[in-house]
Amino acid sequence: MLRNNKESFGLISILFHWVIALIFLGQIPLGYWMVRTSDFTLQFSLYQWHKSFGFLVLGLSALRLVWKFANTRPSDPATMGPLERATAHAAHVILYLSLFIIPVTGWAIASSSPLQIPTFMFNLVVIPPLPLGISDSAEAFWTAIHAYLAYFSAAVAVGHILAALHHHFWKRDAILTRMLNPHRKAPERQLTQKVKS
Amino acid sequence: MKTTTQLLSTVTRIAIAVTLASIPLVAKADTLSQVAGSYKIQPSSRIGFSVGQVGGGGIKGDFKKFSGVFKLNPTSIGQSSINFTLYPDSVSTGQARIENFLRSDAVFDSANFPTITFKSTQVTQTSPNTAEIAGMLTARGKTSPASFQASLANHGKNSITFQVEGKILRSRYGMDVGTPIYSNVVQFDMQIDGQRS
Repeated sequence: MLRNNKESFGLISILFHWVIALIFLGQIPLGYWMVRTSDFTLQFSLYQWHKSFGFLVLGLSALRLVWKFANTRPSDPATMGPLERATAHAAHVILYLSLFIIPVTGWAIASSSPLQIPTFMFNLVVIPPLPLGISDSAEAFWTAIHAYLAYFSAAVAVGHILAALHHHFWKRDAILTRMLNPHRKAPERQLTQKVKS
Repeated sequence: MKTTTQLLSTVTRIAIAVTLASIPLVAKADTLSQVAGSYKIQPSSRIGFSVGQVGGGGIKGDFKKFSGVFKLNPTSIGQSSINFTLYPDSVSTGQARIENFLRSDAVFDSANFPTITFKSTQVTQTSPNTAEIAGMLTARGKTSPASFQASLANHGKNSITFQVEGKILRSRYGMDVGTPIYSNVVQFDMQIDGQRS
């Protein structure tokens, strides 16, 4: 139930996927909003929430990676062609890398900003700054990298979501449902769908 | 009669001690009586402040524009008083973005509340050259008691300098943005130069 097997994902992998996905995607509108609001009080709070959630993504992703390597990966449905598999896996690699690189570039912004606002994750843990040069130009550089990577990863995430929906509604396989229900076997759904249609 | 002799001896000793102890007090009163009068606070004064932050360090700065008068009555310290006005727009921290934030409606709201005032209500001597100044501090439309510790640094015929320190809780004035990352306590460290008026 908790661990993955050859056909399906266990509960832990499923929770990691959705919890991280929710926070990661939520960070994008939060980041967009916080840099545009003219209310300084609100802006200060939004930045601190964004930083806290960013470190939460980073921490959860590290644990997720450990869990990933300690588990088997359910195999792809046989119906997937080599190009489809390669594209899907490339998207997964990009999204995985994004979960680490984007929070770290955000950390770099907070560390290089002349404002030197401490990072106090959820007002619980002080996160020290990275040893980077502090200047307006360094902050602008990391801000640009962070924003471009965030929007790029959002585009990849949209592709990932569309692909999952494609599998569910067109190909009618269990790619999406096995990420929703622990240990639902891929062939079951394929079978039921065939019976229905 | 041995006890009578001892008692007399003790009385004499006490009398001598009291006499000796009163000499510096008289001398001090003589010096201080020279400083009695009204003074105008000079631009050479320094109104420094600092706000601590989690993980050490914090924001340090000073206010460039201020005005005030004080009356000294050394023979009856309680009759002394001070009226002080600070212009928060003149805040200086060496970092323009922090200054803009402090001036904004997140902190001072200097557009709507251009002055911060302090009026003493009670001055109490705490040692030969120190006093506690209690009063009412008004900032951002809110008035709350505040107290400062003044110590005489030096004085001439027409000029006098005090070192003044005090802690202000910014939450009392609706300025608690950024807590607990930034301390609620603002530490004031001031040098008040007065010129006889």
